[in-house]
Formats: sequence, structure tokens, C-alpha cells
Amino acid sequence: MTTTTSSTASARTGLTIRQKYRRRQRLVYTLRIALAVFLIGGWELGARTKVIDPFFYGQPSGIYDQLHTWIVHGTAQGPLWKQVAVTLQETVLGFAAGVVGGVVFGIVLGTNRLLADIFSPYIKAFNSIPRVVLGSIFTIAFGLGMTSKVLLAVVLVFFVVFFNAFQGVREVDENLISNARILGAGRVRVTREVTIPSALSWILASLHVSFGFALVGAVVGEFLGSTQGVGSLIQIATQAFNANGVFAAMTLLAIVALTAEALVTKLENRLIRWRPTQISDITI
Amino acid sequence: MNDPQVEPLIRLSNVTKRFATPKGGVYTAIQDVSLAVAPGEFCTVVGPTGCGKSTILGLISGLTRPSEGLVEVSGRQVDGIAPNTGYVFQSDAVFPWKTVLDNVAAGPRYQGNSTRKSKEMAREWIARVGLGGFEDRYPHQLSGGMRKRVSLAASLINQPRILLMDEPFSALDVQTRVLMENELLALWSDTSAAVVFVTHDLEEAIALADRVFVLTSGPASVKSEYAIDLPRPRDVSEIRFMPEFIASYQSIWNDLREEVLVSYERSKLAG
Repeated sequence: MTTTTSSTASARTGLTIRQKYRRRQRLVYTLRIALAVFLIGGWELGARTKVIDPFFYGQPSGIYDQLHTWIVHGTAQGPLWKQVAVTLQETVLGFAAGVVGGVVFGIVLGTNRLLADIFSPYIKAFNSIPRVVLGSIFTIAFGLGMTSKVLLAVVLVFFVVFFNAFQGVREVDENLISNARILGAGRVRVTREVTIPSALSWILASLHVSFGFALVGAVVGEFLGSTQGVGSLIQIATQAFNANGVFAAMTLLAIVALTAEALVTKLENRLIRWRPTQISDITI
Repeated sequence: MNDPQVEPLIRLSNVTKRFATPKGGVYTAIQDVSLAVAPGEFCTVVGPTGCGKSTILGLISGLTRPSEGLVEVSGRQVDGIAPNTGYVFQSDAVFPWKTVLDNVAAGPRYQGNSTRKSKEMAREWIARVGLGGFEDRYPHQLSGGMRKRVSLAASLINQPRILLMDEPFSALDVQTRVLMENELLALWSDTSAAVVFVTHDLEEAIALADRVFVLTSGPASVKSEYAIDLPRPRDVSEIRFMPEFIASYQSIWNDLREEVLVSYERSKLAG
């Protein structure tokens, strides 16, 4: 059955399409909240009845108290906002540098066969190392300051973005390039007007993952040695066997990551407006 | 050439094109092809599917170089992208991230016109291909026929002297296809462009052309050429019933059939 206007009432239920859609949305949100209540409530209940040992696994009310204390009284290293700001700064700097480097290298190697053939074994080899261990090198070389964390974030982000940009460039429709050349576009124009826009959806897709990687880089860098940041909050909490402290710091990181994810999605929608909008396959 | 008085615009002399296959072998797409196209002439090239028809267009446009032989446009050897050439690809080679207006304006912009002037020219061409009012749409919002119109406008706006078309209408449904063929003839009659139109559809080839080249199954070479003396302006949907059309169809099909059978047998063996 096809219905074209939202005012068309379905014979079965007598509801308009729009009403049915709203009803479904409401159901989804209700169930989402119910799930959260069930999980967090179950955790809290389990902890209070000692089914789950709160000493090792924490408990939601304890996490809340910890966050409350940090917000009101600050942390052992200083005010909470400063810790978040430090981690955020490392993450954003690492993310930005990694993205720029990855995109530039990806496009250069993607458009130049010879360079790609020369570099590819080295890049593969470098990519196969668990790069987190480089954090130790950076800490030794650059000390406890911000540089070592930023560098670790850069290294983690770079490869994700690089491989996506490279692949995106390789996937560009040959006909589009030929078409642009026939119409009179030179090398620079082809890159700017065909290759980059075409690879953009690949690059933007990698940004979702790579912001998370930047955050991992910053936090792991802080674990390895630092005096400031959310990572060092976690480290101190770990040493004090403060499970609630670890979970509280995780909550902060989750908030940062989700906010960044929302921003990236917004950027994506703005930059690739030309893409067909997805029609949901939900039957209503 | 039929008429030795007219200097041909496009001339291929004994052209062979070979490609290296990924496994290190050699694939010969076309062998010893010689043909000439006069200025303003509408030529179609028919041959079995996959016989190397598109390769000929690639060579004329300068996108690829011949392995042997000579490709000349206006008496000069083609090296690099030939100026004053338009190319309509089989797939919709429209830029999906550009609106209809920006797609059509791309050509003049690449030729060095200001953005403003390019857009002005583009608006005019969009109206000419019947897409007025769709300037701000993105290609994915258009039908296949409309995207073809965008491609046509984007190619013709540079006022090419040579228009190369690679099975441009093969993906369209039959009705849209006839409409587009008529549209193409109307647009072409206002230009002085020579057209080389590649197709595997003999009806289309005859209905559009002044001259039809029949290619052998791959590696392709020119098997025969036929002059089509049907009056212009033509209506593609009507012309098919004219006795001259049917006579041409029969004699060309006799030629083409053998090649189609050869290529079919070969594909069965390969499959």
C-alpha cells in the first residue's frame, strides 16, 4: 500500500502516518530510558545487596558522589574543569594535526602511483606496530608535559585518516576525472574539484573513529606519566583502589567523546549536503 | 573519406592500441583502425559489445595514446587532451557534489571564464536542454534522462568542434531514449560539431548518423562503412519505418551479424 500524504489515515488503525511515526519514536525513547534505568538500577541494587562487590566494581551512587566532590571541591591535582581542559586540549591538538597530516599524505600518495609504491611497505610495517607503545618513547623523549600526549594522539589518528583518504582517492570515478580534464581542468583543479570532494565522504567517515583514537592517545599518554588530565585522575584513582573514581573519569570521557561525535556528524552533514538522504526502511 | 575535397577533421591512420593486463599479458583493444570524419559530420560506430569502441573515443580525445599509428585532429597529431572536444560518457559523468548549475558551469570555468560569466552561460544552456528551474538540484535528485541532459549541456557549453559520445543513452529506458536522441539531433543541428557516437544499437546508429562505421569483434578494426542518406531534420521515432532506413538496416545488419556471432561464441568459450 502506498500513501503519499501525511494526512492519509490508515484503514487499520485510523491513525495518520505522522501520528504513527511519533508514536514509534515515543516507544523507542521510552524503551531506551527503561533500559538505562534497568542497567544502572540493577547495578546499584546489586551493589547494595552485596551481590556485586562495590569495592571492585563501584556503584552508581558512589560515582555520582565522586563526580559531585570533584565538581564542588576539585580534585587532588586542582579543579576538575582544568583536568578536562588539559585532556581536551591534548586530544584536539593531536586530532587536528593527525587529520591534516593524514589527509595530505593520503591525497599525495593516492594521486601519485610511484610514491604510493615506494612508501606502501613502510607504511604497512609502521601500521602493524601496536602504536600505543610509542607513548613510552614520547614520554622518555618529551617528559611529562603535553607534547608527549599530543604526539601519541597524532600517531594514532594519522593512520586511520591516512588510510581512509588514500582509499577515498583511489576510489574516485575515473570517468569524472576524464570528464574534468576534457572540460579543461588542469592537475590542481582536478585534485581540488574532483578528487578531494569525492574522497571527502571517506575522510569524514574516518573522523568519527579517529576522534576516539585521539582521546585514547591523550588518556594513555597521561597514564604513562603526567601531572594533569583525566588520564592522571584515573591513574591516581587506580592506585587508591578507588573504583568509583575510575568510573567517574570514564563518565567524563564519555561525555567528551559523545559531544565530539555530535559535532563531527554536524560537520559531515554540512559538507556533504549533496548526498542522497537516507529513507528509513521502517514500515509505518 | 567520400569526398576528397574536404580535409577531414578527425583522421585515424592504421591505429593499434594495446593494454598490459594485470597478469602481465597483452590485450589488443583495436587493431589497424583507419577512419576519417569530416567537420560537422555525424558518425556512429557500431560493433559487438566489448570490441573496443570506447578505445577509439579515448584516442581521439587525447585521454589515451595509440600504441601504433597516427591520430590526427585538424591535421595535427593528438598529444594530450584535444582542445574543443566534448565527451559524453556512458555513465553519468556529472559531479554529484555540484548542483546542476555548477555542473554545467564547470566547463567555461575550467576554460578560464569568471564564475559569474560561466553561470550566466550555464543558465542559458540549462534552459536549452529543457532543465530550466532545476538549476539548484543535485544530480541524485534528477532522473536518468535529466542527468543525461546535464551531461549534454555540460559538454556542449564549451562549443566543441568534436563531440564524442560513448553509448550515452544505453542506460535509459526506450521512451526516454528516443526523446534524448531527438533532443541530441536538435542540439547538434545548431552547432557545427562533428560527432563520433559509439553504440551497440544499430537502429540508433542509423537513425542518428550521416555515416555508420561497422567494427569487427575484438580486436576491433573497421569492417565497413555506410553512408546514410536519410533526410534531415529527422524524427528518430518516425524514421525507423522509412523504406530507406529498413534497407540500410538490412545491409548493415548482414555485416554486423557475423561479428556479433563471433564475439558471442568467444564469450561463451571464455565463460
